[in-house]
Amino acid sequence: MLKINNLHASIEDKSILKGINLEVKAGEVHAIMGPNGSGKSTLASVIAGKEEYEVTDGNILFEGEDIEELAAEERAHKGVFLSFQYPIEIPGVSVTNFMKTAINETRKAKGLEDMPAKDMLKMIREKSELLEIDRKFLSRSLNEGFSGGEKKRNEIFQMAMLEPKLAILDETDSGLDIDALRIVANGVNKLKSKDNAVVVITHYQRLLDYIVPDFVHVLYNGRIVKSGGKELAHELEEKGYDWIKEEVNA
Amino acid sequence: MDLKEKLVSSFLALENKVDIDSYVHDVRTDAIKIFEDQGFPSKKEEAWKYTSLNSILKEDYSVFPKQENALEFKDIKKYFIHDIDTYKIVFIDGKYASHLSQTTHDGIDVCLMSSALNKPKYQLVIKNYFNKAAEKDSLTSLNTAFSCEGAYIHIPKNKIVEKPIQILHFSTGNESATMLQPRNLVVVGENSHVQILERHQSLAENPVLTNSVTEIFANKRAIVDFYKIQNDNENATLIDHTFVKQSRESFASVHTFSFGGKLIRNNLNFYQEGERIDSTLKGITIIGNKQHVDHNTLVHHIEPNCESHQDYKGIFDDSSTGVFNGKVLVNKEAQKTNAFQANNNILISDKASINTKPQLEIFADDVKCSHGCTIGQLDESAMFYMQSRGIPEKEAKALLMFAFSNNVLSSVKIPELKQRITKIIANKLGVNIGFDL
Repeated sequence: MLKINNLHASIEDKSILKGINLEVKAGEVHAIMGPNGSGKSTLASVIAGKEEYEVTDGNILFEGEDIEELAAEERAHKGVFLSFQYPIEIPGVSVTNFMKTAINETRKAKGLEDMPAKDMLKMIREKSELLEIDRKFLSRSLNEGFSGGEKKRNEIFQMAMLEPKLAILDETDSGLDIDALRIVANGVNKLKSKDNAVVVITHYQRLLDYIVPDFVHVLYNGRIVKSGGKELAHELEEKGYDWIKEEVNA
Repeated sequence: MDLKEKLVSSFLALENKVDIDSYVHDVRTDAIKIFEDQGFPSKKEEAWKYTSLNSILKEDYSVFPKQENALEFKDIKKYFIHDIDTYKIVFIDGKYASHLSQTTHDGIDVCLMSSALNKPKYQLVIKNYFNKAAEKDSLTSLNTAFSCEGAYIHIPKNKIVEKPIQILHFSTGNESATMLQPRNLVVVGENSHVQILERHQSLAENPVLTNSVTEIFANKRAIVDFYKIQNDNENATLIDHTFVKQSRESFASVHTFSFGGKLIRNNLNFYQEGERIDSTLKGITIIGNKQHVDHNTLVHHIEPNCESHQDYKGIFDDSSTGVFNGKVLVNKEAQKTNAFQANNNILISDKASINTKPQLEIFADDVKCSHGCTIGQLDESAMFYMQSRGIPEKEAKALLMFAFSNNVLSSVKIPELKQRITKIIANKLGVNIGFDL
């Protein structure tokens, strides 16, 4: 589904990603871990199409197609979804109106008619129940005054509504208490199928107890320096990142 | 002959022909003297520092345009709010168009300024109200001197006027350049309630200069909502002067939607002459190209325990320019005043600019007055967030702009008008927003 080859990316001439290779197949869950500043969020943003980043070498193939020239919305239309580490507050746009616009614009891009209002409401009801979101919440301005946990739950609610093929969860566990973490992880697991894939970016093992990865990658200094199964996450939790840094620097 | 000379000599011709009433005659004669002394404002004056009329005044305007009645409703329907029942006062090239209008004398007067100025039965109201709120600056005086047509709205006390009143001024371009000077008078009696919409629309590419004056009187506990739709073509200039005098416990609001025109100058003055008055001034400006919109507001708090709310949003693209000059004056006696003013702007292009200047003059010591102005760009991170959800750039921009303007839009009390304005904005931004805000 996703194939990243020798990806180099920089922002304002500062090189951040220095040769990433990664392949994610349908049905898989990948975890990307690593210390602060290793390039995890940059990788997520580059895949989603943030314009500030410049790809200087390598490529990103999504379902076999090079997506580098595509705008963020075109990638979204193809099924790429990024759950933001820091979701943006948009005063004046309600959660419901935002989702309606996002879904109908995606349908328009696929040559489909707008989703009938009845179906939309039904879908909103189902997906908000899945994430245990209060209905009143949906008429509030997007992310405005939401708690950290509400913002993250709302991200996964959007993911549930948009049904992406590839979901990248950037530090979705940060700022969540244990109950919210359980709800969010439960939501992700229910949305998981053999046809889609999830990339979980996280600092800690905690979320991976709930969303169990097939592969764990360690990102350090712009490169994936170690890959393994879920036991690698446990090892990192116990030993920290220093031993990885030592291995790389040796 | 320049425009000033032409106007002064035209005044003599006008005065010989039409005036019979001595009060109005005196008012007009005094007014033309003021204009003759002061002439058109120049950038040397503080109030006109950022708005130049020079290039506009160079046109050879016809001051008394020929009448053109060939317009049919179907041709201009789109400029009306036509999906609800309304009173309509329609003018074409400054002349009343009865076939497009729907006036009334049934308990209320929704009719013509020309009748009110000339017929004896209106003389008392004219004497009590005409030119009693208007300032004596040169452009207002110019309008006063030439005032002969416009809307006359008189609502006696205890009347809730169910139907909104639409005032529409069309210009057809049958002169190579046209100058119009409509004059409206709105008197709303005790406990009465009225909603009024006003629009100036040029139907051709020929230049039009409109110098319009509206006087509004809201008597005790009256509620007056006035909406201005300014979406004219890029050869039309509008200088609007609106003066609102309020008596105690009245509520008056003026919403100004400035989306088009070559140059728009809105002088909007509120005078609070009683206690517990509420004044609301709101506006949305969305312009591009070389368009220019200048909002010049004054709220004069004269008595204690009153409120005023000003909220102006501006979005400027291309080489467009904006001005916001908002003055709040609080007299020594006006204790417990609560005055709020906000002016927020987004510059879409590097070449667009806005000059914003809040002015607070407070002589009372127990008041709450706040003001804030911001100038910013569209939030890039919000754009990426929306795009990453599949909303294309243009739509994402539009959504942000709607969200930015929503505070002003949401206080429009006529749903059909709100819908229409939403649609005008969507058209302007080239998007089809699939929901109502």
